[in-house]
Amino acid sequence: MTGRDGFLDAARWGLLALLVFGPITGLVLDGYQVVVHWQQPVWLAALVFGGRLLLNGLLATGPGQRLARRLARGRAGGSVLVVAGGRGHGRIWILILLALLSLALPFALSKYWINVATLALIYVLLGLGLNIVVGLAGLLDLGFVAFYAVGAYGYALGHQYLDLGFWQAIPFCAFLAACFGAVLGFPVLRMHGDYLAIVTLGFGEIIRLILNNWVEFTGGPNGVRVPHPSLFGLDFARRAKEGGATFHGYFDLPYSADHRVIFIYLVLLLMVMAMVHVVVRLRRMPIGRAWEALREDEIACRSLGINHVGIKLSAFAMGATVGGVGGVFFAASQGFVSPASFTFFESALILAVVVLGGLGSTVGVIIAALVLTILPEVLREFADYRILVFGLAMVLMMVWRPRGLLGLRRQAYGVDP
Amino acid sequence: MDLHIIGQQAVNGLILGSIYGLIAVGYTMVYGIIGMINFAHGEIYMVSAYLTAIFLALLTAFGLQSLPVVLFLTLLLTMAFTALYGWTVERLAYRPLRGSTRLAPWISAIGISLVLQNYVRISQGARNQGIPVLLEGKFRLQAAAGTVQITHVQVVIVLVALASMAVLTWIMHHTSLGRCCRATQQDRRMAELLGVDSGRIIATVFALGAAMAGVAGVLVTLNYGSFDFYIGFVTGIKAFTAAVLGGIGSLPGAMLGGVVLGLAESLFSGFVNTDYKDVFAFAILVLVLIWRPSGLLGRPEVEKV
Repeated sequence: MTGRDGFLDAARWGLLALLVFGPITGLVLDGYQVVVHWQQPVWLAALVFGGRLLLNGLLATGPGQRLARRLARGRAGGSVLVVAGGRGHGRIWILILLALLSLALPFALSKYWINVATLALIYVLLGLGLNIVVGLAGLLDLGFVAFYAVGAYGYALGHQYLDLGFWQAIPFCAFLAACFGAVLGFPVLRMHGDYLAIVTLGFGEIIRLILNNWVEFTGGPNGVRVPHPSLFGLDFARRAKEGGATFHGYFDLPYSADHRVIFIYLVLLLMVMAMVHVVVRLRRMPIGRAWEALREDEIACRSLGINHVGIKLSAFAMGATVGGVGGVFFAASQGFVSPASFTFFESALILAVVVLGGLGSTVGVIIAALVLTILPEVLREFADYRILVFGLAMVLMMVWRPRGLLGLRRQAYGVDP
Repeated sequence: MDLHIIGQQAVNGLILGSIYGLIAVGYTMVYGIIGMINFAHGEIYMVSAYLTAIFLALLTAFGLQSLPVVLFLTLLLTMAFTALYGWTVERLAYRPLRGSTRLAPWISAIGISLVLQNYVRISQGARNQGIPVLLEGKFRLQAAAGTVQITHVQVVIVLVALASMAVLTWIMHHTSLGRCCRATQQDRRMAELLGVDSGRIIATVFALGAAMAGVAGVLVTLNYGSFDFYIGFVTGIKAFTAAVLGGIGSLPGAMLGGVVLGLAESLFSGFVNTDYKDVFAFAILVLVLIWRPSGLLGRPEVEKV
C-alpha cells in the first residue's frame, strides 16, 4: 500500500466513524429535544482516523509486516500444541508457594478486600466450571447463570423450607444443579451446536423470570435472606443461639466479624484448589480427551464410536455442578440472594472469563477471573466503561487469538527416547 | 371468554407480531447466508429506537411541520443509519472471523452486544427516553359484547410492516442483488466462481437485515413512545424465537413466525398470566428447537461432512 492509499483508507474509516458515532454520541436526547455535543463524534472519528493511519504506516514497515504475519499465524491458530511430557518438576514448588500465600492472604487484608478476593474466587470456580463446558467440550452455554442461581437459591430456600445448613447445602445444590443440567442437556445436546447456545440462553432467562415472579415460593424480587455458615456447629455470631456455641467463644478469641469472612474465603479456596486438581486430572482421563476430541471434530468422533450425547451430557452436568457449588458460596458470602444477581450479563461475564483466559486453559481462566474481578475494584473511576471494555476485549480476542492468549497445550505420552 | 377481548388481544398480538417479524427477518437472512446467529441484532434494533427519537427531534427542530413528511424522513434516515451500523458490525466483528472456530462468531457477537448497549448507555444516559404522542385517534369496531379498539398508529404499523416486507421480497426475487444473495445462500463457492463478490453480498445482507430492524425500531417507538438501552435483549431473543418458529433461513417464515408468536404471547398474557409472558415465549423457543428445529416453513438441515 502506498502512502497515498494508506491515507485515503484512513480517511474513509474516519468518515465512517463520524457517520456511525455522529447521531448517538453527538446528538443527546434531553426530554423531547436533542442537545448537540459535536466534539465527541469528531474526537472519536479523529481517533479512528489517527489509529488507522498509524496502523497503515506500521504495516508498511518491515517489523510491522513481521508482526502482522505472526498475528495471522495466531489467528489460524493451528489446533492444540502438543508438548513433550516430563517437564514441570520445578513448577510444583511454585504451586505450593502460591497455595501457602493465598492461604495466608486473608490475615493480611481488610474485610473489604477479603470480600473482593472471595468474589474473585467464586468467579474462578465458575470460570473453571464453564471452562469444562465451553473450553473443553466446545459446547456454548449462554445460560450458565441458571445453575449458579439454582445453587444460590438451593441453599437459601433449602434453609428456609428444609432447614439445610451450609455444609449440607453444598452436596445438595451440586446434585440439584447437575439434575437441572442433565434434564436440560439431554434433549438439547443431540441437536445442532448453535441451537444449544440459544436454548441455554432461554433456559437461563426462564429460571430468572420464575425466581422473580413466583413470589410465594421464592420471595420474588425482594430476595431471600441466607444464614451464615458454621464450622462443626460453631456459629460465627456474636452471641450463641439457644444451646449452641460460638466460634470466638469456643476458641477464646475476641469477637470479630472478620472471622466469618475469612472462614468462607478459606473454605472456598480449598474448594477451588480441589477443583483445579480435578480439572487437571480430568483432562488427562479418557473422558477429558473425549471432550476435547468432540470439540475438534464431532463427526470424526462419532464415526469412531464415541457416544457423543453421553460425553457431552457428562461435560454439561459437570459444569452445572460446579456452577451450583459456586452459587452456594455466593449466597453464603452475600447473606442474601435476589433474582437481580442472575441476569444474562452474569453469564456473559463468566463467558468473558473463559474466553479471555483462552478457551480450555486452566491457568488462563484463573488469571482472567482474578483480573476481571479485581481490576474493576482498583479502577473505580472507570466503572462506567467496564462492560464496554469487556465487550471490546471479547471481540478483539476473537479477531486476533480465537484460541486464547496462552493457547492450548497437551502433554504427549510416550516412551522417553 | 368474551369475543371482544379475544379480538382486542388478537389486534395487539398482530401488531407485536409484525414487529417481531421485521426483526426476525434480519436473523433469518444472516443465518440463511452464512449459517450464523447474529446475536447482536437485537441491539441494532435498540439503537434504531434511539435514532428514531433523535431524528424526530432533529427534524422538528429544523422547522418541518408536516407530520407525514417528518415521519417518512425519520423512517428513511433511521433505516440508513441502522443499515450503516449493521454493515460496520459485520465488517469489524464478523468478517475477520470467517473460517475461524465455530464459537468465535458467537463470542464476538456477545461482545458487540455488550459494546452497543453500553455505548448507548454512556452516550445517551441510562434513563428512559421517549417521544411525544404524534398520531392520535382510533377506530372502534363493534364486536359481540363490546368494542375492539384499533389505534391509527397500529394501522400505520401494519401497513408499513407489510410494505417493507413487500419491498424486501421484491428485492430478493426481482433484482440482481437479490439473485446474488440467493445464489450465495445456496452455494457460496459456486457463486464466487461465477463472479459474485460474496463478501460484499454478505455485508449487504447484514445492512438489509439491520434496516428492517430499523423499521421495527421506528414503529415500536411510535407505538409505545418510550424505550431504554436494554430493550434490545428481550425483543431480540423473541424475534429470534419468531425466526426459529417460522423456520430459520426462510423469509416468509420469519414474518409468519413473528405473527404466530405475537398472537400466542398476546393471548397468553390476556387470558393466562401477564407475569409469565416472557417465560411462555422462551418456553416456545426451547420446545420448538427440541421438537421441530426446522420450524413451520423451513427445510430440515442436512449435515455434510
